[in-house]
Amino acid sequence: MHPWLPFEWIAAIRFLREGRMQSVLIIVGVGVGVSVIVFMSALLSGLQANLLARTLASQAHIVVLPPEDVARPLRAQDDALLGPLVQKQAQRLRSIDQWQRIRTRLAAMPAIAGVSPVASGPAFAVRGDANKSITLIGIEPEHYVRVVDIATRIVGGQLRVNAGEAVIGIELAKDLGAGVGDKLRIGSADGITDTFLITGLFDLGSKSVNARNVYVSLRAAQSLLDLVGGVSSLDLALHDIYAAEILAQRIADDTGLQADSWIRTNAQFFTALSSQSVSSNVIRFFVGLSVAFGIASVLVVSVVQRSREIGILRAMGATRGQMLRTFLLQGGVVGLLGSLLGSALAWLFLSLWQVFARNPDGTPMFEIAVAPGLIAIAAGGATAVGILAALIPARRAAALDPVVAIRG
Amino acid sequence: MRKSYRSDAGVETEVLHGIDLRLARGEFAALIGPSGSGKSTLLNLIGLLDRPSAGSLSIDGQATASLDDDALARLRGQRIGFVFQYHHLIPAFSALENVMMPMLIERGRPDQAMRARAAGLLEQVGLHAQMDNRPGQLSGGQQQRVAIARALAMQPSLVLADEPTGNLDTRTADGVFALLREVNATLATSFLIVTHDPRLAARCDRIVELVDGAIVADAPPV
Ligand SMILES: Nc1ncnc2c1ncn2[C@@H]1O[C@H](COP(=O)(O)OP(=O)(O)OP(=O)(O)O)[C@@H](O)[C@H]1O
Ligand SMILES: [Mg+2]
Repeated sequence: MHPWLPFEWIAAIRFLREGRMQSVLIIVGVGVGVSVIVFMSALLSGLQANLLARTLASQAHIVVLPPEDVARPLRAQDDALLGPLVQKQAQRLRSIDQWQRIRTRLAAMPAIAGVSPVASGPAFAVRGDANKSITLIGIEPEHYVRVVDIATRIVGGQLRVNAGEAVIGIELAKDLGAGVGDKLRIGSADGITDTFLITGLFDLGSKSVNARNVYVSLRAAQSLLDLVGGVSSLDLALHDIYAAEILAQRIADDTGLQADSWIRTNAQFFTALSSQSVSSNVIRFFVGLSVAFGIASVLVVSVVQRSREIGILRAMGATRGQMLRTFLLQGGVVGLLGSLLGSALAWLFLSLWQVFARNPDGTPMFEIAVAPGLIAIAAGGATAVGILAALIPARRAAALDPVVAIRG
Repeated sequence: MRKSYRSDAGVETEVLHGIDLRLARGEFAALIGPSGSGKSTLLNLIGLLDRPSAGSLSIDGQATASLDDDALARLRGQRIGFVFQYHHLIPAFSALENVMMPMLIERGRPDQAMRARAAGLLEQVGLHAQMDNRPGQLSGGQQQRVAIARALAMQPSLVLADEPTGNLDTRTADGVFALLREVNATLATSFLIVTHDPRLAARCDRIVELVDGAIVADAPPV
């Protein structure tokens, strides 16, 4: 008997310890349930983070574009945007009107982490006999790296796009047989051509992006694409990527421009992510439920087995409240111990999983870690579930008539 | 006091009819009567484990009718000690811890004084060496001695014993009974002891006889 433990704790721990096999089995049962939840959560969040990182590696969270060709009603109070809506030809690239002003305004919004003006359009790259169609992207690198993390994805040379310099993907480099230091001719649909020195090679993790994207300076792209002084889009990075759709809607309403969020652009992917989360929540709920039923049934049996002892304790002055708490505590302790065992098991499963789930080249498929927060949540959740599950048996223990219990 | 039970069929049966009983402090009384006469029922009422259907009960001058369940539990813990036929120790705890239990329930947390008092009581009942044994490691007589020590832990005004020696052989029963008398003599604790053994009843100060739920005799032994 530890001097600092109250009566209820002492009785709860003794009862659990005395019911050895029963206690061990239910704690293992809870542990298995918790390990499934923790393992699944860690795996899923690792997987989703990995898929998201891949998807967003070469994309802005929101892309602000000139309004679509259908005339939109412009709001009168926004005088800066008032003016004749010039209907340009569909095949011509259009610039965002007064993009500097809009850029400043967007950059001032607290939800936005970075704004990068981009001039991009279709073009082709020529080297020797090889001729590849590409997407020419003119950027200000110091701003663009806030939106697309290309700086860390440079695998050869460096990210440098001064006048006459270009950074291309590793696929395109292979297709053209070119490397850092080689020259490249780029021509636009308008028939304008220019020669660039390859200063860097990137790998953004997607074959098509690596084969198509060619980064040059904003000015160079503007002149090749006949967009002098203009930009075809403003690319945005957000602090909270899941706010993208709502924010895009607001930007579109505010500016009269078209704003596409990554969520909209990757609607299918995003739906897949959400439904994955929903189904894993359903699984978690039912595993939690079966853990609760397990704890409850063991404690119900325990109350029946101990009814005489409960009667004696009551005869010695124990109140209904003391008996109630003694059994609630047993539920909580089973939940807590089970969750610790479960977290250890989950950690073991994840370690094994990382040993076996590898890419063909031997690197891990993706990083997963059991976050301390996840274990804390699992422990807190399992303890709460244990206490809730103990509610029915504990109330039975409290309601027991000592006369009947002692005679029985 | 009256006590009636309602059967599942809804039929009400009165098992105690108009019991009027007064126990003085320090009295050592036997409660005898045929099986089914209501002895245990009466003990449960006096021990505040159950409430009378009619009538009232006072302990140390305190009326109990208006007390709620928790107040009854506390009063029971403080003023009344129980000794049952089947000793009813708690197997998960050692002899010492069983004796500490009423004090632990009352005060919430164990302390050194509790431990010392429990050890002293066990010494008094001759079980100092078996303090740390679990009930399963004690003989029937030893378990009953632990139960007596436990009943005395809170220095109760009244000890209620329901056939405390019913499960013991004659020699052991005599030893346990002698212990009860000794406590009565030294601590002036009142006792009400249910027994089927006329020999033991004859060694009490007073014999209350119950037949069919009514007191038919109440006198010192002849
Ligand atoms: N909970 C109950 N419901 C209905 N009847 C009861 C209940 N408890 C006791 N009785 C009845 O009350 C009567 C007295 O029972 P009690 O246990 O007090 O007898 P007793 O004198 O202690 O008998 P014994 O010497 O066999 O222990 C019996 O007829 C019994 O059937
Ligand atoms: Mg009886």
